[in-house]
Amino acid sequence: MKSIWVIAKRELGSYFTSPVAYVFLVIFLLLTGFFTFTAGQFFERGEASLAAFFGWHPWLYLVLVPAAGMRLWAEERRAGTIELLMTMPITPWQAIAGKFLASWAFLALALALTFPVVVTVNVLGSPDNGMIFAGYLGSFFLAGAYLAITCLTSAMTRNQVVALILSVVACLFLILVGFNPVTDLMARWASPALVDTVAAFSVVTHFDGFQKGAIDTRDLLFFLSVIGFALFATNVVLRNR
Amino acid sequence: MIKIDSLVKEFGAKRAVDGISFAVERGEVVGFLGPNGSGKSTTMRMITGYYAPSAGKVSVGGHDVVESPLEAKRLIGYLPENAAAYADMTVAGFLAFAAELRGLAGTAKKQALGRAVERCFLSSVLHQSIDTLSKGYRHRTCLAQALIHDPEVLILDEPTDGLDPNQKHEVRNLIRELGKTKAVVFSTHILEEVDAACTRAIIIDRGRVVAQGTPDELGRPLDEVFRRLTTADTAKR
Repeated sequence: MKSIWVIAKRELGSYFTSPVAYVFLVIFLLLTGFFTFTAGQFFERGEASLAAFFGWHPWLYLVLVPAAGMRLWAEERRAGTIELLMTMPITPWQAIAGKFLASWAFLALALALTFPVVVTVNVLGSPDNGMIFAGYLGSFFLAGAYLAITCLTSAMTRNQVVALILSVVACLFLILVGFNPVTDLMARWASPALVDTVAAFSVVTHFDGFQKGAIDTRDLLFFLSVIGFALFATNVVLRNR
Repeated sequence: MIKIDSLVKEFGAKRAVDGISFAVERGEVVGFLGPNGSGKSTTMRMITGYYAPSAGKVSVGGHDVVESPLEAKRLIGYLPENAAAYADMTVAGFLAFAAELRGLAGTAKKQALGRAVERCFLSSVLHQSIDTLSKGYRHRTCLAQALIHDPEVLILDEPTDGLDPNQKHEVRNLIRELGKTKAVVFSTHILEEVDAACTRAIIIDRGRVVAQGTPDELGRPLDEVFRRLTTADTAKR
């Protein structure tokens, strides 16, 4: 437990000693603002909810989460520090968990800094704050799932750009299998049961429930399985270096 | 302290290490010699548990590195090739990180930091970030990391590489000093270091031990012995 904390502490520190953290936070907040108020037509909707805010998250995270996580292992490989880390008296799991949790905490911070939209919607109307909480929870787990996939691609290469591209493609795949235009297209030739089965692998399908205010254990379980599987695969990749 | 038994490492079809066996006891400084690409770093990476051996056994302090890696790794201080270190950290931050991963805390951590900084002459750069350090200082920072928990076994991969003559002299003295109470293995291709710091030398070539003994046993002049025993890079393989 203590080693996980030591590694997480260093990882979080390295976000803030480089410009990465500040660039990421500013861009993330600018983009959430733009998508919510301009593209999402927050005011024109005339409803006291954050649907215009959360609806964009699967797409927004698509680029931003891999950008925040791509250096996790790729940079260790490039700089050779992975040799130092893996010869310390810690298990690979502790290193993987420490790094993942640090990045996830950083994404949670970015998400927490969007609090002004919650304040805004509360000042303008009386929204269902339970629903907003569920949305935030779902968004947090969505980010975690993307991040775990980024951990995996980052462990596969010493090149951060390759890690970024691979994880964007993998995450895009997880969106598209449940994205309405794609499922509609598939429904033309596939049986509804097959379409539903495929869509069940999509992050969008499982994020929808949270947006509607429902915290379903099956959805939580889905995100936790994606995270668990991706981190397990990371361990396999690191072991076979 | 270190026992290596017919160690083999294969990368695809290539055998980087081909059945190396030797043992190192406390109080010994073993120079690990060989041309570039002869398997020195690969062997050291297997001793420290970074690579899993394809065949053979490594044990450190009686702990098998593959079966009980944590117990073995606790006893080892390791300076990897090229002295890798987290560039965005300060020297003090990096050493504190290493100390904490080694399970040191509170006063024990403070004392360990003080001792390592003093031994490696780092006090003047303590709060400088590692990417601004000269190569010599970066090397010493990584060496300090290897010494932080006062390990019983030291594995140093080219500890004097890239240092100026004064620094080389200091590091050799340090290695000799440390070797009185620890088991030290260091790799080098500078033959004068064998006389300067080693109690014993092991010469490997193409993944095999071709000679071992005290510098006197190996014969003089050393560089002639070395050339006779090993294959030049340019020779046909």
